[in-house]
Amino acid sequence: MTESEKKLNVVGKSVPRRDGVGHVTGKTVYVDDITFPDMLYLKMVRSPVHHARIKGLDFSAAEEVPGFVRALTHQDVPKNIYTILCLIGVGPDEEPVLAEDKVLYKGEPIAAILAETEDAAVEAASRVIPDLEELPAVFDVEEALKPDAPILKEWGTNHFVYEGHHCRRVRLGDVERAFGEADYIVEERYQTSPIEHAPTETTACVAKPEPNGRYTVYTNTQALYFTLDNTALILQLPFNKLHFVGGTVGGAFGGKVDVIVEPIAILGAMKTGRPVKFRYTREEEMRVSSTRSAWRLYYKDGVMKNGQIIARQITSYADSGAYNRHTPYAVTKHAANVAGPYAIPNVWIDAYCVYTNRQPASAMRGFGVTPASFAIEVQMDKIAETIGMDPWEIRFVNAYRNGDIKPHQKIVEDATLIETMQAAAEMVGHGLSDRSLAMNSWDREKV
Amino acid sequence: MTSKIVNFNLNGRDVEVMAKPLTTLQTVLREQLHYTATKAGCKQGGCGSCTVLVNGEPMASCLLPVEDVVGQQITTLEGLTPAEGLHPIQEAFFENYAIQCGYCSPGMIMVIKALLDRNPQPTREEIIEAIAGNLCRCTGYEPIIEAAQDAARRLNDG
Repeated sequence: MTESEKKLNVVGKSVPRRDGVGHVTGKTVYVDDITFPDMLYLKMVRSPVHHARIKGLDFSAAEEVPGFVRALTHQDVPKNIYTILCLIGVGPDEEPVLAEDKVLYKGEPIAAILAETEDAAVEAASRVIPDLEELPAVFDVEEALKPDAPILKEWGTNHFVYEGHHCRRVRLGDVERAFGEADYIVEERYQTSPIEHAPTETTACVAKPEPNGRYTVYTNTQALYFTLDNTALILQLPFNKLHFVGGTVGGAFGGKVDVIVEPIAILGAMKTGRPVKFRYTREEEMRVSSTRSAWRLYYKDGVMKNGQIIARQITSYADSGAYNRHTPYAVTKHAANVAGPYAIPNVWIDAYCVYTNRQPASAMRGFGVTPASFAIEVQMDKIAETIGMDPWEIRFVNAYRNGDIKPHQKIVEDATLIETMQAAAEMVGHGLSDRSLAMNSWDREKV
Repeated sequence: MTSKIVNFNLNGRDVEVMAKPLTTLQTVLREQLHYTATKAGCKQGGCGSCTVLVNGEPMASCLLPVEDVVGQQITTLEGLTPAEGLHPIQEAFFENYAIQCGYCSPGMIMVIKALLDRNPQPTREEIIEAIAGNLCRCTGYEPIIEAAQDAARRLNDG
């Protein structure tokens, strides 16, 4: 141990988990462990179809259920239409807390039922049969962009609008000219699937009105203040009326960053003066909560015989599902990464955030980048195979280094790709060429 | 549906509850008796987070009507925890970092308790078999298996 290592209190040592004793004794308090004697339960009336116009709602049969307390509709929500990324300037607002005249996905909440017990809430919600006029639905990103597709958004297109543009665009050099000079053209289509995070603890919150006029909200959100801010905007409440208590989350993986259960539960507490619990069933978690978005990517690469990629053209489509959630941001992040950690002089990227009649997608571990990495690296293998080159070597030939320019015209400052690949090759016992072994990330002149 | 009085033994203590037909043991534990160590991950027998011991055998309390445990011995994680400190299985889970979000931990610990009671020196394969019905979505299965092996050592040495 060196002198400097001896001074470290944490690095190199095992530190007991602060919450560990609570977890192994079951004394950790999760949101669903919290109850209050006069607490109500909230259940949603959800759309049974993928796309429809709402013609009417009849609560009379629900009101007959013993334990029914009241229903909430969009008319009860102070600012019903929202988009959570408004906090970073993304707009316009486009998702309703409760559907107004249309539903855009199967499972979309139309009305909330408050009842004395969860069973009564389920029973009452099941008795609200909305009068719906079903509309044609679209489930494929490219179908959704065709002229004859059903239009889902007020602004008249099925894609997010980036500063007046149809997609997030990245342009470097001239790909068409470079394709003309390339020895090989390598093209492929890639598709990823939506994935449900499936945390063991389902999404839940309890909203409790306090005598001082504030609302205490116990929630398992991953984004406590982000959710508090959005909730205050939706409910048109001063921020200091909301006291969010969180931090204990029974698994989330990006699936608990949307603002879903808190605003409506607090509204229920405001309208009844009683605590309200809103917890997803496992079925709701699987069928309604946000997923990782599905992506489709088209790559066209111009490659020289020595393995150098001189042009890369990418068109990619994120399936955002029916609403924004975090996908407009994911697409921007995606566009910055989708050409890969390679020095390519000519790059052309069109990355679309597309709306379909599927359950909304949102954040999940590395969202936007993960599907890009999948497509990039399969494409690199395909190029290597096409030109008959070792798949390791082709990555060294193209690896970006400090001082290179990225497609979105930022200078690379922190490249470690070469060193990482050298270490990985050594660990798996893969021999590298002398040239690859001599390379480093900071000195292009050397090799 | 008329409620019935149901008696059973919970962690060494006789309890009496009123329950409607088909009310699950999980609901009675969590929502009537407020024994919340037993988790409710799926309420359909798919995740194992609600595992309790019925006469020493691990069972999914979300699928078990409480009327079926009349007169039986129920052990939950609360019953495993000693007055001071931790049970050796809990120590092993804590010290081997076999916990991440903690939501599967109560079910995992109860399953390992049942395993070690009937098989004090399980093989790695027997541990994997024992926890096959318990999902860990943080995917920390390796530390859980190591914790079970460590717990066996602690109990056998103790």
